[in-house]
Amino acid sequence: MSDDDHELRVSKIRSGTVIDHVPGGQALNVLAILGIDGSKGEEISVGMNVPSDRLARKDIVKVEGRELSQDEVDVLSLIAPDATINIVRDYDVVEKHRVDRPEVVEGVLSCPNAGCISTGDEPVSSTFDVFDDAVRCSYCGTIVREEIASLIDT
Amino acid sequence: MRHDHVITSKQLSRSDIETVLDRAAEIRDDPTAVADRHAGALLGLLFFEPSTRTKMSFETAMKRLGGDVVDMGSVESSSVKKGETLADTVRVIEGYADALVLRHPKQGAATMASEFVDVPLLNAGDGAGQHPTQTLLDLYTIRENAGLEDLTIGIMGDLKYGRTVHSLAYALSNFDAHQHFISPESLRLPREVVYDLHQEQERAQVREHEALEEILPSLDVLYVTRIQRERFPDETEYQKIAGEYQIDVDTLEAASDDLTVMHPLPRVDEIAPEVDETEHAAYFEQAHNGVPVRMALLDLLLSDDEGETDE
Ligand SMILES: [Zn+2]
Repeated sequence: MSDDDHELRVSKIRSGTVIDHVPGGQALNVLAILGIDGSKGEEISVGMNVPSDRLARKDIVKVEGRELSQDEVDVLSLIAPDATINIVRDYDVVEKHRVDRPEVVEGVLSCPNAGCISTGDEPVSSTFDVFDDAVRCSYCGTIVREEIASLIDT
Repeated sequence: MRHDHVITSKQLSRSDIETVLDRAAEIRDDPTAVADRHAGALLGLLFFEPSTRTKMSFETAMKRLGGDVVDMGSVESSSVKKGETLADTVRVIEGYADALVLRHPKQGAATMASEFVDVPLLNAGDGAGQHPTQTLLDLYTIRENAGLEDLTIGIMGDLKYGRTVHSLAYALSNFDAHQHFISPESLRLPREVVYDLHQEQERAQVREHEALEEILPSLDVLYVTRIQRERFPDETEYQKIAGEYQIDVDTLEAASDDLTVMHPLPRVDEIAPEVDETEHAAYFEQAHNGVPVRMALLDLLLSDDEGETDE
């Protein structure tokens, strides 16, 4: 892999998940969307704006000690549609996945419509239907096409 | 009816709508036939914002079916004021009533509430969202006055925030109606609604206009809604716009003799009182139709609940 030299700038992990080919600048949104903030003691390395062949600049996120499931990573398609997911065990990549667009994402984004019931104190999590080019709140119907990252519920 | 809840007009198929309208016509022709049909049944009224007419209309409908209502009272005097969630409120009142009617200022409130209850829940307005029972009585009135086949309708006023408009537009797209939306630029239909009408409901024929004159002569129905003063930052801006979307006898000279003028009421000054005396005016009849239509809907939902077939 021609990216290997650059990847070395971010320490190799022993076991866990490497999320590669994240658009430059989106690494922290990737962590937010996955609900990973290090508070559970996970060891996280982030490489930002690393030169890449496929993207001009890309981010890389490495999470030590956690293998992310396909459902967990599919939600990344909203902000990093070209991300690749490498599951690492004993320094070897044992599985490689792409992200698929899920039909629905729950509890990940918050609705930008202040008049929407899902933004209040009700015991429900936000639910968005995912279209090819947009997401739509399943409570109030608001459609968001741009800046989906800004809706990430942190 | 295939549905336990009536949340948006999007969920109503043409045959659902026709079932309700046909039943409403039967009930209006012979109200005594259903006078005791739901004796002992209780309808829970949960109005989180004031709406005397819609509430009274549901109350009348339920009582005319032989049932009764329980009412949570005004928001000021209820536990909501103490910070109870809507989810909790509906779960409690569900235990008292056979069906619930919900009016709430937040969009999506009825969708959410329906996730927490098993009894039928009727959305009586959720913020700028939907008002499907209003839509059914609007459709009933249109069918009586102009027919739903080959309809050309103009919908005018505040199309942005008007939930009755959004609800009606979705329902009309089941009937291949030609829909003309007339409003100032700042109060056009939300893009979401236009998207749905064009994308999801391919048969909808939708046009947008800024001036009524462009389209008035071709209309079978003109549905007028109120432009709210509080939507405008300054009064002169409101005055300038509002005047162009008010109708009087002079305006209607350009219309067909058969034009039906509707309005969900209350009106302020968008329809001059002199129009009331003309053959065009159907808005009071429209308001009255709320009772047989809501009787029909409640009858269908409560009958399902009592174990009859729902085919
Ligand atoms: Zn929403």
